[in-house]
Amino acid sequence: MPRLTFVEHDGTETTLEAATGDSVMETAVAGGLDGIVAECGGSMMCATCHCYVDDAWIERTGTRSESEDDMLESAVCEVRPTSRLSCQIVLTPELDGLVVHLPEAQV
Amino acid sequence: MRDMELIEGHRAITPPEGMPVWDVDPFDTDILRDPEAYYGELRARGPVVYIPRWSVLACGQYETTRTVFSDHENFVSSRGVGLNDFHLGEPWRPPSIILEVDPPEHTRTRRVMSRALSPKVVKTLVAMFAETAERLVEELVAQHRIEAVEDLAERFPISVFPPAVGMRDVDQRILVDYGACVFNAMGPDNALRRAALARNAQIAPWIMAACARERLTEDGIGAMIYADADTGEIAADEASLLVRSLLSAGVDTTVTGIGNALHCFAANPGEWDRLRADPSLVRPAIEEVLRYTSPVHTFGRTAGRDSQIAGFPVVEGTKILCVLGAANLDPGKWGEDAGCFRIDRRPMGHMAFGAGIHGCVGQNIARAEMEAVLTALARKVARIEFDGAAPWRPNNAIHALDKLPLKLIPA
Ligand code: HEM
Ligand code: FES
Repeated sequence: MPRLTFVEHDGTETTLEAATGDSVMETAVAGGLDGIVAECGGSMMCATCHCYVDDAWIERTGTRSESEDDMLESAVCEVRPTSRLSCQIVLTPELDGLVVHLPEAQV
Repeated sequence: MRDMELIEGHRAITPPEGMPVWDVDPFDTDILRDPEAYYGELRARGPVVYIPRWSVLACGQYETTRTVFSDHENFVSSRGVGLNDFHLGEPWRPPSIILEVDPPEHTRTRRVMSRALSPKVVKTLVAMFAETAERLVEELVAQHRIEAVEDLAERFPISVFPPAVGMRDVDQRILVDYGACVFNAMGPDNALRRAALARNAQIAPWIMAACARERLTEDGIGAMIYADADTGEIAADEASLLVRSLLSAGVDTTVTGIGNALHCFAANPGEWDRLRADPSLVRPAIEEVLRYTSPVHTFGRTAGRDSQIAGFPVVEGTKILCVLGAANLDPGKWGEDAGCFRIDRRPMGHMAFGAGIHGCVGQNIARAEMEAVLTALARKVARIEFDGAAPWRPNNAIHALDKLPLKLIPA
């Protein structure tokens, strides 16, 4: 069971147990985190599941697909090199301890 | 392939050992008109059942439906999301190059469509949607008594969607009928499907002509898609097929969503009061309308290889009906009040737009249209009342109203 830490814009940290194969978005939604809206439920249509992968983890989460890049253009907050759509990061045992930061707003 | 028994253009299967068998016709017009009891029984019989009538499997419990519908590796779309298996027979029309394909082909066309229908693009349309809704609702409130399917549910999308696409040709009847035909064609060879194919033969030429580049303005969604043909990301004939997808999937669906929303609020006046008291509930209210009424009630998949569903073996070539309407009302997912319409439910994960890689690419526009209409109505209409019978119109894939006579009581 990978563990996952979300750091909200105001600094609040929440650590959640996740299931291998679930996405970061699904973990946040199941855990009731308001900082991820995920209106489209993971079909990569909404860009309301935007997160910033912590610098220490960026090598391990993989890179954005072209379609993910396109959809990030619709995110309301600044897109940085570490930006990801959290519905596109699928959890593996190697991601145990992953830290992601949430933007100020999603809509 | 010769000795294979076919039914509705797909392989007839032997039901897996121990799987519940249910002798029902899911496409019976009485069920299509009023599906709730069928949804309930489908869920009660198990996660997956065998339906001998069409030799298909069907699932309606939330978890299984979601799993099968979004598992594009085992359960493919390229063999058709209706009953015909495109591997075994000629499809009734050239297949959709987004809905009816798998990765990697899907990834390429999906990228083009999702860019053209992204939240960023839809934001540029919101003001036009709002103004149009204000004007239309004002006119209808003055009229007081309306037939809401034609006067509002059809007229609104027809007023905003073709301009958003950049269409120079607009015909309300043809555009609404075209979607209904495509969706009816996904069912078995029943009277609905036969009528749809006959109607389609009349209107398909109009539709294809309207999708041509020279029939589109240079600043719409259609032009964005054609621009990707200029860069070589897609071929020119693919651009016209993607514009065709906009017309087949983007009109009758939102017509249905808006009609169903009005029905929900006429039937639940308390929820209308609640929305009027707190207009910020409009977004969750839309999700609840979609969950509660599932405008697309059933779409299929085909087992692309031997696999399994809920522990039962499933052989390659099996058609599986994913009954989104049943999943969206499953008490196992939504709680004991799954059958209640509650605008503050926030039904995260509902299946009305599908799930996974084929999840509705038009959902941002669909929500924006519904939001414009409900917001204008909430401002100007105190009560929405039934003004006569509101029968449903049977369709093999869409759950829509045939008529909706309403009285709009001004605020
Ligand atoms: C309330 C309105 C709508 C509903 C309920 C709805 C429902 C759905 C569903 C259930 C799917 C999934 C199909 C599958 O997985 O096999 C889908 C896909 C699709 N929808 Fe919608 N839709 C709506 C509005 C729209 C609009 C407005 C457009 C166009 C602007 C559109 C275009 C499409 C397309 C092109 C696909 C295929 C996507 C793909 O296969 O990747 N839809 N829709
Ligand atoms: S949940 Fe919509 S893009 Fe990730």
